[in-house]
This record gives sequence, structure tokens and C-alpha cells, in this order.
Amino acid sequence: MTALLELQDVYARYGPVTALHGVSLTVGEGEIVAVLGANGAGKTTTLRAVSNTVQREGDIRFAGSRLRGGPESVARLGVAHVPEGRGTFAELTVWENLRLGAYTRRGSLKDDFARVHSYFPWLEERRYQQAGTLSGGEQQMLALARAFMQRPRLLLLDEPSLGLAPLLVTEVFRIVKELNENEGVTVLVVEQNAHIALQVAQAAYVLEVGRVALFGPSAELQRHESVRRSYLGY
Amino acid sequence: MVELVRKLPVPQRRLPASPVTLLLAAACIFLIIGSVRSTIFAQLTVAGVATGVVFGSLALALVLIYRATEVINFAQGEMAMACVYFAYQLMQWGLSYWAAFFLTLAIAFIFGVVTQQVFIRPVQHRSVIAVVIVTVGLFILIDGLVEWKWSASTRFMQAPFGNAVYHLGSVPIARQQIGTIIIVLLCVLALWSFFRFTKVGLGMRAGALRPAAARLVGVRTNALLAVGWGLAAVLGAVAGLMTEPSQYVLSPTLMQPVLLYAFAAAVLGGLESPGGALVGGIALGIFLNLVGQYWPFVGSVLQLPVAFAALVVVLLIKPTGLFGHRTVRKV
Repeated sequence: MTALLELQDVYARYGPVTALHGVSLTVGEGEIVAVLGANGAGKTTTLRAVSNTVQREGDIRFAGSRLRGGPESVARLGVAHVPEGRGTFAELTVWENLRLGAYTRRGSLKDDFARVHSYFPWLEERRYQQAGTLSGGEQQMLALARAFMQRPRLLLLDEPSLGLAPLLVTEVFRIVKELNENEGVTVLVVEQNAHIALQVAQAAYVLEVGRVALFGPSAELQRHESVRRSYLGY
Repeated sequence: MVELVRKLPVPQRRLPASPVTLLLAAACIFLIIGSVRSTIFAQLTVAGVATGVVFGSLALALVLIYRATEVINFAQGEMAMACVYFAYQLMQWGLSYWAAFFLTLAIAFIFGVVTQQVFIRPVQHRSVIAVVIVTVGLFILIDGLVEWKWSASTRFMQAPFGNAVYHLGSVPIARQQIGTIIIVLLCVLALWSFFRFTKVGLGMRAGALRPAAARLVGVRTNALLAVGWGLAAVLGAVAGLMTEPSQYVLSPTLMQPVLLYAFAAAVLGGLESPGGALVGGIALGIFLNLVGQYWPFVGSVLQLPVAFAALVVVLLIKPTGLFGHRTVRKV
């Protein structure tokens, strides 16, 4: 398997505060990789380093070449980042949010809308509704759909389970898995809910205060003593 | 789960605040009854709409930039005035009025884009106050350059609509007023369509609402800010070109009173609301005309203070302006 995304010794800072102290991780093409960790471990910052929305140093390679330029350039290379808080444009309609997902693309979007609606049938009848009036779960689905409209090679998901009912969390991850399997989208997902993340991801990294504390295949991590105690709770 | 989600009722789109709608409806009824009963009232109303759409157009330019950058562009009026001089120069070179008009709009767009890139972009990431001070500097700079190139003495321009007068029943209406109203409304309609129906327009709205999220989906917000300044300059140029014939002469101070009224119109409409700016401008235009006529104490000298007194009263009752709503900012 070739690496789609490679982070080599990445540091990131918010002003004087260093959030990442040399993180290295690899996401293979077609994989789902999870990043686990407590609050403040640097999970969100890892994604921000990739999309270049935080001050960073170190080597970040996407499909073999160094990632440069602001977030808009990274998006144009085929990286869809669903940020903390989902990045929904609450004042715009559902349709406009989806259209913005495909902002970097040219040509007809008819097929894309059809495919998105096959995953999320309810989005079609709600297309003129203001996105801000959707429920939390619906907004998370909309964020996924919007990212999908970008036809990304790599999908960065920041805590998709945050604030959702358990049943909806399962639903969100089922769709992530489907997108990965049917559309070949590579996924790097940051999650507090280690239980579900380890079920869906093939491999995971555990961050502790800005460093990689542990990494390996999900099955192995699920059996790992400290992961079980700290993140799975049994 | 998807099944469950689908069964929820579809919420209706929110209607604008009803007291404001009622107030506007009452104002419209008042104006219609007044116009039917008195020819002078009707004439003043139409003339008020004609000056009002010009205020509205410049107010819209202010709102456009305010929404994108949260800054009031104090140079908006002077940029518009400079554009009128461009049109004047083009006509001096032998172009017909309408050829010069449309060429000036194109020049105005480039003027706005260049101004943003050269003067605003370097200070944009500092404080709001820094940008505001730069726009005040631009005001003085443009004023100075125009006086240096064309001198401060007044000039005469070709009139776009002539002096023809139409009669609607017994009400005489100048062709110039009708022309002004149509031109401004067409421009506003074109702008609205651009924001509503084009990808770049959608990107600009997204960038104004949530810049960080817009950049993540690939919107080049910096480039689009320049486009926003260009469009604002075009609206300003339209306002300027439509102000000139009502003043009959062209001088460097052409747009200064208009800018003040445009500020008032924008604030009245709620600063964040493009529709509000236009309605605010029209309301202000009509109000000034009627007060000037029926309240002799005000005459033409006290119009500006009275307009601002009325604005203060409105803001005391509704601090966010007619169409503004309180924004809740999450930290």
C-alpha cells in the first residue's frame, strides 16, 4: 500500500504554545486511520497542520509531494477537511452548502448530486432549507455530504461523533465506511469515541500531549492494556 | 435512522420581522393615498424615490464591504466621485454618454480591485481601526488627485436622460427620475443575481459568513475580497453617475452629502442587510423630500440634521436597524 499522506516530525504552534511536538504518521491510500487521544492531545491540531490552518513546521507530504499554500490550495489538491463544529454555513441553504463542497470542481455536478442523494436521500427534499435549522445529526450528515461533493482523495474528519446520540454516531460511521469502500476515499478521522473509531479504522494513532504515544492496527490496539483502560473503559 | 430523519416536518423559511413589515406596508399605503390626493405629494414621492435609490446604491456598496470585512469604507463616496470624472474624461474624448457610462463601470471595477489590493490588503489582518484609517486616507488621497488632475472648479456633463417630462395622469414625472430609478434597480438586480446564481457569488457569500470554513472548501477568500471591492466601486460609480445629473454640475464634493445619506441609509437598513440598505435609501429619499416641503421650518438647510434625528429615533426603537438582527457570536 502506498502512503497518501505522510507527516514527518511535525511541530505546530498556537502563538507561544506548542501543540504538536514532532508528530509522525502515515495514512495509506484507501485506508481509514483514526487519531485518538484525550482533550488537548493535539488531535485537532494534527488535522489543522495538514490543511495548513495552524502555524506548523516539518514535512507533510500528500501523494508524494510536499503540501504547500493556504487551506484553499490544500482543498484544491483533493483534501476535504470537515473541521471542528462541522464548518456548516448555517445561513445558507442545504443545496448551497453542497454546492460549496464542489467549489473547486468544474463541469456538471448532476452526477455528484445524484450520488450524494443516494447516500443521503433526505437532503434532496430539504435542499431549500437553511442549514442552521437542521439538527446536529443532520448537520453532521450534511458536512459529510459536502465533503463528498468535493470528490476528495483524502477526507479529514474532526470528531464526527461530537454531540450526537449513540444511534446517530453509528450511522455516521457506517456512511464513512461506505464512502471509503465504495468511493475509495481515504479517511483520517480524529475521535474521542475510541470504541467506534477502532471498529471502523484499520489503524490508529494515540496522541498524548502532542506526541504519538502508540500506534498500530486497530485490532491490536483494542487488545492493548492501556488503550483499553484509558480510552475504551474496560 | 435516515427513515426517522425523513419523517420530520420541513420547517418554513423565516419571514422578515413582522413589525417592520407592517410599518413599511403602512408607509406605502400612506404614500399611495397621499399621491392620489395631491399632485405635489406624488411628484415629491417619485423624486424622493429617485434620490433614494441613489442613496441606496451607495449604501449597498458600503454594506457589501461591511459584510465582507466588517469595515466601513469612508472613501466609497470619493471613489464614486472619481469614477464620474473618469466618465467625464471619456466623454471629453468623444465617447457617447452610454458608451462612457458602461466603460466607466468597467474601470470602476478595476479601480476597486486595485484599491483593495494596494491599500487595504497590507493592513487587513491588523485591526479594524487600521483599515478604517486607511479608508479615511484614501478619501483625502482621491480628493487630492482629482483636484490635481481636473481642478476643483465645477464642470458640466452631458445629461443622460434629457429634460423630457412624462405625465402619469395629472402627475408630471421627469424622464431623468424614471431613468435613474430604472438604471439603479437594474444594477441592483444584476448584482443580486450574481450573488444568488453564480458560483463565485456563492463563494463570496460563504467567505463573508465564515471565512475559515470557506477557505477549507477551496474558496480563495483573499481574491474574492478584491472582487467585492470591485463590485462596491461599480455600485458607487452608478450612484455617482446618477447623482451628477440631479446636481447639474460636477465638482470634487459631488458625493460628500450623498455619502452621509448613504451611511444613514445603511445604518437604517441594518448595515448587514443589502435589501435593508436599498429600502433605507428610498425611505430616506422620500422622507427628506416630504419633510422639506411640508415642514417649512426644515426647508432645505436643516434636511441633513433632521434626517439624522429621525435615524436616531429609529435606532432607539430598533438598535439593529430595520432589517438587522442581533448576531450571536460563539467564541
